[in-house]
Amino acid sequence: MLELKNISFEVSEESGSKEIVHDLSLTLEDGRFIVITGPNGGGKSTLARVIAGINMPTSGKIYLDGTDITEKSITERAKMGVSYGFQQPVRFKGITVHDLICLAAGKELTVSQVCEYLAEVGLCARDYIDREVNASLSGGELKRVEIATVLARGSKLSIFDEPEAGIDLWSFQNLIRVFEKMRETDREGSILIISHQERILDIADEIVVLADGKIVQQGGKDEILPSLIGTGSAASVCGKYNAGGKM
Amino acid sequence: MVDEIQKRLLEEIAGLHEMPEGAYNIRANGEMASRNTTANIDIISKDDGTGIDVRIKAGTQNESVHIPVVLSESGLKEVVYNDFYIGDDCDVTIVAGCGIDNCGIQDAEHDGLHRFFVGKNSKIKYVEKHYGSGDGKGKRIMNPGTEVHMGEDSSMEMEMVQIKGVDSTVRKTTADLAAGSKLLVRERLMTHGEQSAVSIYEVDLNGEGATADVVSRSVAKDTSYQKFDAKIVGNTLCNGHAECDAIIMGNAKILAVPQLEANHVDAALIHEAAIGKIAGEQITKLMTLGLTEEEAEEQIINGFLK
Repeated sequence: MLELKNISFEVSEESGSKEIVHDLSLTLEDGRFIVITGPNGGGKSTLARVIAGINMPTSGKIYLDGTDITEKSITERAKMGVSYGFQQPVRFKGITVHDLICLAAGKELTVSQVCEYLAEVGLCARDYIDREVNASLSGGELKRVEIATVLARGSKLSIFDEPEAGIDLWSFQNLIRVFEKMRETDREGSILIISHQERILDIADEIVVLADGKIVQQGGKDEILPSLIGTGSAASVCGKYNAGGKM
Repeated sequence: MVDEIQKRLLEEIAGLHEMPEGAYNIRANGEMASRNTTANIDIISKDDGTGIDVRIKAGTQNESVHIPVVLSESGLKEVVYNDFYIGDDCDVTIVAGCGIDNCGIQDAEHDGLHRFFVGKNSKIKYVEKHYGSGDGKGKRIMNPGTEVHMGEDSSMEMEMVQIKGVDSTVRKTTADLAAGSKLLVRERLMTHGEQSAVSIYEVDLNGEGATADVVSRSVAKDTSYQKFDAKIVGNTLCNGHAECDAIIMGNAKILAVPQLEANHVDAALIHEAAIGKIAGEQITKLMTLGLTEEEAEEQIINGFLK
């Protein structure tokens, strides 16, 4: 279980300090699937980075299964079971898809094991396993590899920051299935996704709307989603896609 | 005979656990330690004892030559001239390399000068690894010189690796390419401590349709110094590409000097050079996978130099 208690995060600017997250408290129970949405600049990505340990909160506490992890490093949190899928995945010259998936899994994997993770995100392993995670991969391919690294970690808390960004329509459908499968196969693991996509919001247990660093709405999907439809916080994919994905 | 230290050096530079198959010439502490020739590949000592001639018969296919050099005596300095005469229509792999273990206070130096005369339509893969070890105050110095003369439609792939332990190196590689020939150079270099490495390439594209691709990837740590100086000269219709991609760390210094000279309107020449530190996001990503900062850095460097 993840608990955020009175988390604030400030950055200093020329004109003084600016608060990105303000006194935010949130609980994510085991096996639950939360989607955080809200307007751009509302503090969603910052919150995800604070949970992963990339940004340290200015005040407040973070607990994972009752243990205070507020002062723990990124590495320590990762080892304790926090995974984080970047909104803009990082490229590495020379490190192959195979290498990266093995690093994520924390052990050497066979080709067929790596293939399983790649197949989950819709990449044909034969074409990708030896490719470098460099500029030769398109944004969408890179994003799918990024998601595969989170899957390979199989940790108890998986955070995805806008997993749909840069993903094409065909893969988007696949992505929804990835999240559905994650929750079906791992009843203990919890998932926190930052997204504006209606179809991702639609498979959440709980939706949190963040604006100006504060939670402005929170509740079950059925309660919150209807009020968001048509707003920027719950954008639908292109209409042609719903008609069968034929362009 | 080859002792334990020399065996370890051989493993580092040539991946040899035992005597290689095919032709070989192992030089240890300035003397020939072991040699084997085959029906197609002959190795002859030069009359004045300064090196060897390797003669590969025309049409030799899928054979290899290993010519590693190991030094484990402090104070030893040698200059060796090795010439390779490769006939037409060959397909061979040549593995060279030098390992110095210096536990003493005097410098140990090996300067290997290799000349390649590549026959028409021949395909050569050349691997050269440099490695230094030993904790003596004496420096481990290597100054390799390589001269490549490529016949029509021949191709040569050169893999030059120096990852560890060499205090000072000046590498000079020159090549001239006849029509339709293709040269591919992949250099991997890492310097640390107070090491210095200078790498100079000069490639003349003389024949129509000649192609050269010279790519260096390097990491400079601590207070080490690197210079990459690659010049490609296009004298006819040809394609040339030089690339230097370097990671700088600590207080290291890197100088990249790519040069292109086009002496013909159809010479297509490109150079790229990039020097930068490891991106913070790369470290962060690997830390989110459970690696420490140091482990992340090591993985990034290993991948980059792979």
